[in-house]
Amino acid sequence: MIVSRFLKRLEGPQTMGKGPVFWTAFAVVLAAALAYPLFADGYDVGNNIYFLNWTFMALGLSLIWGYGGSLSFGQTAFFGVAGYSYGILTINFGTAYGFGLVSVLVAIAIAALFAAILGYFLFFGRISGIFLGIVTLSVTLALERFMAQTAGPEWKVGAARLNGFNGMSGMPALTLPWFGGEIPLYPDIGLYYLVLGLLVVVYLGLRILVNSRFGNVLVALRENPQRAEMLGYDIRKYQLATFVIGAALAGLSGVLYTSWGQYITPSSMGITSAALPIIWVAVGGRSDLTATLIGTLVVLSVFQALTIYGSQYALVVMGLLLVGTVLLAPRGLIANAGLLLGSLFIRRNGSK
Amino acid sequence: MEFVTAIVSSAYQFGDAFAFLVLSACGLAVIFGMMGVINLAHGEFIMCGAYMTVFAVNWGLPLPLAIACGSLFAGLVGMVIERLIVRQLYSRPLDSILATWGVSLIASQGTLILFGPTMRGVGTPLGSFTVGALSFSYYRLVLMATALAVLALLYLVFTKTRFGVLARATIQAPHMANALGVDTSRIYAYTFGIGAALAGLTGGIYAPTMTMIPTMGTTFIMEAFVTVVVGGADVFLGTAPAAALLAVVKASLTSWQGQLAGQIGLLLAVIIVIRLLPKGITGFILKDRA
Repeated sequence: MIVSRFLKRLEGPQTMGKGPVFWTAFAVVLAAALAYPLFADGYDVGNNIYFLNWTFMALGLSLIWGYGGSLSFGQTAFFGVAGYSYGILTINFGTAYGFGLVSVLVAIAIAALFAAILGYFLFFGRISGIFLGIVTLSVTLALERFMAQTAGPEWKVGAARLNGFNGMSGMPALTLPWFGGEIPLYPDIGLYYLVLGLLVVVYLGLRILVNSRFGNVLVALRENPQRAEMLGYDIRKYQLATFVIGAALAGLSGVLYTSWGQYITPSSMGITSAALPIIWVAVGGRSDLTATLIGTLVVLSVFQALTIYGSQYALVVMGLLLVGTVLLAPRGLIANAGLLLGSLFIRRNGSK
Repeated sequence: MEFVTAIVSSAYQFGDAFAFLVLSACGLAVIFGMMGVINLAHGEFIMCGAYMTVFAVNWGLPLPLAIACGSLFAGLVGMVIERLIVRQLYSRPLDSILATWGVSLIASQGTLILFGPTMRGVGTPLGSFTVGALSFSYYRLVLMATALAVLALLYLVFTKTRFGVLARATIQAPHMANALGVDTSRIYAYTFGIGAALAGLTGGIYAPTMTMIPTMGTTFIMEAFVTVVVGGADVFLGTAPAAALLAVVKASLTSWQGQLAGQIGLLLAVIIVIRLLPKGITGFILKDRA
């Protein structure tokens, strides 16, 4: 009874995938993901957390861009702000007494606050469409330039040297407080389960959000902002709230990435880094969370496989993929595949 | 004498910033004003013009001719890209931004693969002169003159030539222009070519002052973006005054706190300006305040 009511809130017109077949598939994929560390060694599992780290930023971008219709090309700004904040906080204060967890939350809060201030000027200035995209992109480029010139010894916050273009390193790994001491989570099986758990929570949470009243208003204002306003919704507040949630998710990615690799560089906010989330989300299918999630993981794996032959070739392929998707499948490759699958299934059942 | 030096120095820095902003932005602004498309490959057109210029100098052409060569080449590349990609997306301007971003990735990485991480550039010509204790580069004066010449030339092209009249008609009412027999898709193609050629010119003329790397275009794009955002849709009513305004901000902050403060100041100025004037300076001049 409670389960079915919970499931009902996860489904709706704003997300693809519903009914027993979809959730069975979901359970199978989740079970496979949970079982994966049993069949692989800790080192590989730790490396593969890399892929999961990015999905939060992609899901946030899907919410802002795909559902809300605001082009945010600068999600990496929030990624970087949170990553650097985490580094500065943990290098200065360590991770004892649960401060590791506190610094994760503070870092994400700083990214969200930054987004709230920036978003206030943008959305309450009624910037939309292309201008929103290039202003957010300019912000991330300016942050990259700022961090790149902090090489000198005068650029430090407490004990944390910013280190300019080489980036900041040496921050402690993600650490959970526990009875009788902290548990530091190095890239291994423990961290894998933590990140996977976070992903499931965020994915299901966002599904509930976009299928709620809030999500319906969001899609309404994406389809026609004037109409949504005429119906009495203050679209600026909805846009700002979406922007802040998306930025917090990008911040979560930034913290996870920084603590996973124990370093962060200014180039994580550069134009190439900013393009990558756009590509994952566009190729996957920006207006659906599931398509975005699958697309991100698939494109990242392809990118990683190609990097073996040289990252410059991989980036050329990414560029081609983006151009091809925009020209041939503007809704996204995974989203199109999903629609195809859905229509086949429905026709076979003869329902709807 | 000290007073004179200070005046000359401030004017020089303002002129330098103004030239950089105008030359960075004009190609982007021409395309945006015409088609509502922000060309995210703008930086790569600049890089393309710069590389072509350096190649031409290495083949033995004099620098001014080499720059013309770079500009022409960038313009041709622009027209090819318009034909192959941007033309398919006129009904979806937001998607055309994504496509040009893809082009940008392909172009900068392709250049990296073909020509390596750096290339030997050409030295800055013309030497320098001194006022009081400070020395100034003549080449920077050429850059300022070029910026003004580009604005003047664009003005003449868009007001005095047949193409300019047809182009402005296409901006104002594309369907009407089309109905009256204007080949609007050809106008779009030429405009995109002009925008790309202007970017190529910028690359060519700044090539002697810069290190030749495949990502050199990113040096220009942030300035180009902010100038176009502050300026709005019109090159003359928007880009030129926006560049003048931002040049004051940039030059004064740069001389006070250094290069970076200048850039951050630009960004803050943009965010404040768009809060007050959502349609940019163009909108302000045309009394189109929100």
